[in-house]
Amino acid sequence: MAVIRDVMPAFELVQPTSAAEAQKILEQNGSDALILAGGMDSFDWLKDRIKRPKIVVDLSGIDELKGVRTVADGIEIGAMTTLTEIVNNETIKQKYGLLAQAAELVASPQIRNQGTIGGNVSQDARCWYYRAGWPCYRAGGNICYADDPDGRNREHAILLADRCVAVNPSDSAPALIALDAKVVMRTPKGERVVDAEDYFIGPEIDITRLHILQPGDLLTAIRIPATWANTKFYFEKIRDRNVWDFPLLNIASAMVVSGGTIERIRIAVNAVAARPLRLKAVEDAVRGKAPNAETGVMAGKLAVRWAVPLQFNGYKIPLMRNLVKRAIGGVEEAVWAA
Amino acid sequence: MTGEKSPTAVSRRTFIKGVIAGGAAVASANYLFRASTLLGQTPVAAVSERLIAITVNGQQRRVDVMKQETLAWTLRYKLGLTGTKLGCDRAECGSCTVLVDDVPHYSCSMLTHTVRNKKILTVEGLAAADGTLHPVQQGIIDEQGFQCAFCMSGFIMSAVGFLKANPNPTRAELAHGVSGNLCRCQDYDKILTSLMRGAENMRRGTSV
Ligand SMILES: Cc1cc2nc3c(=O)[nH]c(=O)nc-3n(C[C@@H](O)[C@@H](O)[C@H](O)COP(=O)(O)OP(=O)(O)OC[C@H]3O[C@@H](n4cnc5c(N)ncnc54)[C@H](O)[C@@H]3O)c2cc1C
Ligand code: SF4
Ligand code: FES
Ligand code: FES
Repeated sequence: MAVIRDVMPAFELVQPTSAAEAQKILEQNGSDALILAGGMDSFDWLKDRIKRPKIVVDLSGIDELKGVRTVADGIEIGAMTTLTEIVNNETIKQKYGLLAQAAELVASPQIRNQGTIGGNVSQDARCWYYRAGWPCYRAGGNICYADDPDGRNREHAILLADRCVAVNPSDSAPALIALDAKVVMRTPKGERVVDAEDYFIGPEIDITRLHILQPGDLLTAIRIPATWANTKFYFEKIRDRNVWDFPLLNIASAMVVSGGTIERIRIAVNAVAARPLRLKAVEDAVRGKAPNAETGVMAGKLAVRWAVPLQFNGYKIPLMRNLVKRAIGGVEEAVWAA
Repeated sequence: MTGEKSPTAVSRRTFIKGVIAGGAAVASANYLFRASTLLGQTPVAAVSERLIAITVNGQQRRVDVMKQETLAWTLRYKLGLTGTKLGCDRAECGSCTVLVDDVPHYSCSMLTHTVRNKKILTVEGLAAADGTLHPVQQGIIDEQGFQCAFCMSGFIMSAVGFLKANPNPTRAELAHGVSGNLCRCQDYDKILTSLMRGAENMRRGTSV
């Protein structure tokens, strides 16, 4: 449990009022600067004295980063839009309900009232060795404490691990990937737009970060195209407690069924690897098939084909298999023996 | 971004220019704790910004706030409003909940400097000027909702914030509304009963 210490160590606080100004300050200060959105991830690092930025750039005064706008092809969500605003937004509820469902399952009401979508997709890993400041691979060292005979790794990765076995803990990330969202950034070289699935990276690319943002970059918005609006959505999150807890596993899918078969589908899971995973092989395998239990079983098996459990997280394999099955074949009513 | 061109905004801009020109930020620990450096530094935003006015329970309060100070800290240790409790200091318990522009937030997990232009409401600000309790407070007295009550002010503020937006909730909806608050005495059933009574009091526009 966290220890309550004195106030956080001192830092300089700047409060720009435009994205251009913010990006400039970030560029000038490089890795000395920390971006503060809602702070729900950042304050732990500061309070525990593990991250010691010289300058904190508070984005809360930048109105152009807030709110949901309708654009020609879909919607654009400002990076500083809170998760509560996403849950309550009429357009998102009606057309992109998958994201509203995911956002509603994050943490607690107060955290959703303050946590932003930009922060949710950019949050750091929750592996407790790393969060406690242990000098592991992710922290720039050369050991993993979780992937060790004595390591506590019940929440850790079953897929694509490479030295570090931490997972991406975001609930919104798989929903954004399923909706084929784009992440918009303002970088020293100008605007950059990437597919949501390419925003996240694993240890093979950079073991110290979960996403592609470099010092000096600012995430400004998330765009969701109309392509998957009002399709058949499925979101499920498995966690220990119904409030506060991060996903042990979550799944998001968007599917179009026509003439009794799956015409197109996007499906993604999180909390199984260092980045949220789009299940491309599953998408290809189920296209043209009926969205029923049989297809679901086949898809579930395929999804976990390369999974490798650690000592305490083997349960994630059947869990992932079953969530994929449900997303595609529907949820069966539980049958209780008399 | 329109209006917000207060003197603080002006000094903030001047300060940002200073930061951009200087490349790196000034080492703040020095001016915070050592008078000599404080005098020697080009002060711009640093000093003028520390003395700020925040609106708490309908009053403008002038207060000296460090850059890294949380709202819970300012309320409790600078303004003496100790009704707001600190349980975990980590956004994990809810005992520090206050309303910021009518919305429940964990005051342990926000910087006071980010709420300069907002309205803060703490448990001390709920009762009427003549001492009449808020309907939710009265509901708690009626139903004897809490045991040790350490978690109480946080629950009250969450409930008041939730009820402003949802005046007529079912028990399950209210439970969801206050689900960001923990009670170590595990008194949830009675807490919910008293908050439901509070909601009823609010709808009747009465505290008795
Ligand atoms: C108790 C607790 C429980 C939680 N449970 C969940 C959960 O169940 N599911 C879940 O998904 N999350 C959970 N979270 C994580 C929570 O931090 C996020 O959900 C929240 O959305 C983060 O947003 P923020 O605005 O507060 O981020 P911040 O803490 O402000 O930022 C997070 C990171 O992103 C960077 N960043 C933020 N905005 C930008 C931007 N615009 N451009 C560039 N970089 C940026 C910051 O520098 C920082 O590194 C939980 C957090 C806590 C404390
Ligand atoms: S799983 Fe990653 S973050 Fe955790 S101890 Fe191992 S290297 Fe560090
Ligand atoms: S003290 Fe703020 S949530 Fe626990
Ligand atoms: S009554 Fe004791 S913590 Fe809630």
